[in-house]
Amino acid sequence: MAEILAVRDLALGFHTETGQARVLDGVNLTVRPGEIVGLVGESGCGKTTLAGAILGTLPKSITWVSHGSVSLAGADMLAGNGAEEVRGRAVTFIPQDPFASFNPLFRIGTQVMDLMRWKSPRRRPGRRFYSLARRRADRDAVIAMLEAVQLPQPARLLQKYPHELSGGQRQRVMIALALLPEPRLVIADEPTTALDVTVQAQILGVLRRLAVERGVAVLFTTHDLGAAWEICDRIVVMYAGQTAEIAPREEFFTAPRHPYTRLLLRSLPEEGRHPVGIPGNVPSPLAPPPACRFHPRCPRATGICRSQRPVLGGASGHLYACHHPEEGLLDA
Amino acid sequence: MPDAALLETRGLKRHFAVRGLLNRRIGTLRALDGVDLAVEAGEVLGIVGESGCGKSTLGKTIMGIHQPTEGEVRFAGVRVAAPGHPRPKSLRARLQYVYQDPGASLDPSWTLRRSMHEPLVIHTDLSRGQREERIREIIAAVGLPVTHLDLYPHEISGGQQRRIGLARILCLGPRLVILDEPTSGLDVSVQAAVLALFRELRERFGLTYLFISHDLAVVRSMCDRVAVMYLGRVVEIAPAAELFAAPRHPYTRALLAAAPRIGGPRVTENFTLQGEPPDPSEIPAGCRFRGRCPLAAPVCAEEPALDFTGPHGAACWRWREAARLPSAASSS
Ligand SMILES: Nc1ncnc2c1ncn2[C@@H]1O[C@H](COP(=O)(O)OP(=O)(O)OP(=O)(O)O)[C@@H](O)[C@H]1O
Ligand SMILES: Nc1ncnc2c1ncn2[C@@H]1O[C@H](COP(=O)(O)OP(=O)(O)OP(=O)(O)O)[C@@H](O)[C@H]1O
Ligand code: SF4
Ligand code: SF4
Ligand SMILES: [Mg+2]
Ligand SMILES: [Mg+2]
Repeated sequence: MAEILAVRDLALGFHTETGQARVLDGVNLTVRPGEIVGLVGESGCGKTTLAGAILGTLPKSITWVSHGSVSLAGADMLAGNGAEEVRGRAVTFIPQDPFASFNPLFRIGTQVMDLMRWKSPRRRPGRRFYSLARRRADRDAVIAMLEAVQLPQPARLLQKYPHELSGGQRQRVMIALALLPEPRLVIADEPTTALDVTVQAQILGVLRRLAVERGVAVLFTTHDLGAAWEICDRIVVMYAGQTAEIAPREEFFTAPRHPYTRLLLRSLPEEGRHPVGIPGNVPSPLAPPPACRFHPRCPRATGICRSQRPVLGGASGHLYACHHPEEGLLDA
Repeated sequence: MPDAALLETRGLKRHFAVRGLLNRRIGTLRALDGVDLAVEAGEVLGIVGESGCGKSTLGKTIMGIHQPTEGEVRFAGVRVAAPGHPRPKSLRARLQYVYQDPGASLDPSWTLRRSMHEPLVIHTDLSRGQREERIREIIAAVGLPVTHLDLYPHEISGGQQRRIGLARILCLGPRLVILDEPTSGLDVSVQAAVLALFRELRERFGLTYLFISHDLAVVRSMCDRVAVMYLGRVVEIAPAAELFAAPRHPYTRALLAAAPRIGGPRVTENFTLQGEPPDPSEIPAGCRFRGRCPLAAPVCAEEPALDFTGPHGAACWRWREAARLPSAASSS
């Protein structure tokens, strides 16, 4: 089936006081309808920046794009025309920090209905008038969706202020809000990072169930490999703004080919094994290493890794960008 | 209780007043509500539980940052904290509390050398030369070059700041270190390095750790014994391997079942625990877990105490039945 989202060879960055931050450097990623794709990578690798590029929300005055394309539901998200109508309708966003995205001064219900006024699937493009009939239908849809994300007593919840909700409840409201416009793609940026494991399990369960039932595609960014295992069908690993590897979930965890993916998986704490981590630090986007950005930390690096950028290749759905890919299963 | 215990708490409670309008006391928040623990010299005792269950309050009450409301803390056989009991001054250096991010407490306008000297100036009467000698030894032990002492905090990475923060605490020569969420917010590759550092420092300086974390995988790999807290109480305590292999308390079982296990079945598909921990200012009567417990029965109207077989204790009337149920977190 055709992709709902396709990011191809995207390279972009920011003008900063200290120079050019070359944040994304050749990112490739696709999401098909109904699929949950995990975008994993360590802090600072560019996950939120990529989400911003897809949504078209990066600060225009300081952002430059030097290469590549982002196409979402057929619209070119970098061009600007058509992007506005797609954003908030065909694609919605679940942010990392749900508290910051509510206005503390207004009741939840007021904020939800305000959103529905503009983003409801029942709104005809261009119409400003919010009819009573549509308002009623929207309100029913809101209540039904709050129930679907397992929030008890949704009508009472709409009367509350943001600070009266727990972190898990706020995140559920955000999921409900993201699904209400009946989007084709939801981008969830680390949606459970701040939550406890039991609440995380509840939230991931809700997100996965709704995505599967409604055929919504999800791009799920995280640095938590356990959460990626839980919810994803396919996983994309990014290192310092470069796509390192793309693989179906099982294969990703059992037989990764990229050295960085292997080192990341071997860093996970496990009984009877004392992982050492990855020596060295993530490079600054102000002065990234040339060619393969992982070469200063890679045990397999040779001359070619420093001079020539490895292209993303491989077979049938398992792709990796590496001159010297690893073979065989990841040892347990 | 073995008399080798380095640290002991007996019936330790810490309550906070809940204040309403005009600062009138309208209730009591029982953050810590009767904890008996014994930590042996050289041991790593893990404290796990969800946000708000009282982990940090336990650490801070032991440390003397909070006065106990009831009960006492004994260190090396001597009472060091009880209601109205003055804290022995000599204790300060021997018992140390490490906040989540020890690097955050560095003064940005001081060189790292000055930040390192300061605690020694306050707590010891070493000469300048003796202080410098000790600092150089510890800096090497945490894996930083001595030349870093001339730098300012913003000139080193976040991970290195954490190392400096730890070094400041270690140079006082503590015996017991309370580590409060020491790896939260770290990427796995950095986390692995930090955990390796904790292990190495423990060997080298003969430290005892109270290791507070909500990351079960980290606790499992790091701790000798683990105590599970729920609403201000320890509900289960056991040697780590045993707790993870054969949990007894229904809450512990839910907690373990919620944690994703890479390679195992998706827990989100059969995770059943509903709701979130109740508010510690309105703790239910009887067993605290009663409202969410799938095994709750009339007997649970009375609060259960820890029931031990050997070193493994669970505070549940029905733990024998609970332990027989199949578990979603069957070890892979
Ligand atoms: N507006 C900006 N100006 C300059 N640099 C920026 C800007 N936004 C992001 N960056 C830089 O881009 C890099 C990627 O940041 P981004 O927030 O996308 O990472 P991330 O993968 O989402 O990290 P995290 O896991 O910590 O959320 C970082 O080095 C960051 O400092
Ligand atoms: N100084 C204080 N005054 C009033 N209430 C407090 C105070 N410190 C903690 N509490 C309350 O006591 C309860 C336990 O808090 P505590 O910080 O010990 O939890 P925790 O287990 O460390 O949680 P987390 O995992 O989020 O750090 C919480 O409900 C908290 O709001
Ligand atoms: S291209 Fe070279 S440096 Fe990059 S990951 Fe592969 S082996 Fe390592
Ligand atoms: S005492 Fe009763 S309510 Fe409490 S955990 Fe045990 S079975 Fe559940
Ligand atoms: Mg981010
Ligand atoms: Mg805490």
